[in-house]
Amino acid sequence: MTEAVFYLFAATAVVTAALCVLSRSALSAVLWLTTTMLSLAALYVLLSAEFVAAIQVLVYAGAVMVLFLFVVMLLNLGHATSDMRGPAAVATTVVIAGLLAIQLFALWSYTPGRLAAEVAQAPQMSDPATLFVGGRIALQEAAERGVVGAVAVPLFQSYLVPFEITSILLLTAIVGAVVLAKRRI
Amino acid sequence: MDGALAPLLGPALGLSAILFSLGVAGVLLRRNVIVLFVCIELMLNAVNLTFVALAQLHGASGQVMVFFVMTVAAAEAAVGLAIILAIFRHKQSVDLQNINLLRG
Repeated sequence: MTEAVFYLFAATAVVTAALCVLSRSALSAVLWLTTTMLSLAALYVLLSAEFVAAIQVLVYAGAVMVLFLFVVMLLNLGHATSDMRGPAAVATTVVIAGLLAIQLFALWSYTPGRLAAEVAQAPQMSDPATLFVGGRIALQEAAERGVVGAVAVPLFQSYLVPFEITSILLLTAIVGAVVLAKRRI
Repeated sequence: MDGALAPLLGPALGLSAILFSLGVAGVLLRRNVIVLFVCIELMLNAVNLTFVALAQLHGASGQVMVFFVMTVAAAEAAVGLAIILAIFRHKQSVDLQNINLLRG
């Protein structure tokens, strides 16, 4: 049952992503990508990351995509003409993206057991027993601390400094966006 | 229920591979700057899926990384779209063929 739902949303994600890449107008590209993000949020729930799924819907499918839609509609590009590159670029794209897909698709054969075995063999891992032990750690943590707490504890303990630096990044982005968007500085 | 989700590691990684390759294809194929940005968001989402898939086995640190990726994506989208707006005001176009100031 879980696998059937997984493959349903996975197929939705792939089809809508392909439509997003191939759609002629920027507006429909943005809307197809929103559908991709929503099906990814469903997949996150299946992969026991419920909080990430909620944030995916709120921040990505909500805020970021609305920002894209605002810009597409502000620009008022009119009737969309095809902006595909020529046949040479299409051939290059097929070769590069195809090779990349084939290489990355080897990951399909990974099972938790195989991953744990390979990590244990890696020479530079200090303590392989703590990494990828093959259990369902995300579910255990969620059961111990709650869905949000499981994310909050590492975020505010191990990753506190990166978290604070993130706020500087966001502040810089706000100032940069305002300065760039002003007509006269 | 228990033990039903962990085998989804491989399929989730494979799906993220497909999505990432589609994003790369879009970046190479399209000339519209906004669609280019959309494809970059698609690639970031594919990476997020990888993080979440591995976080099932490794604990919530992977999910924390997803939040950092989302923050960077949001900042990138805000600044990038502001740049697109500024270029559009200057050139009246979002086609990469017309944006070749740095080509020399």
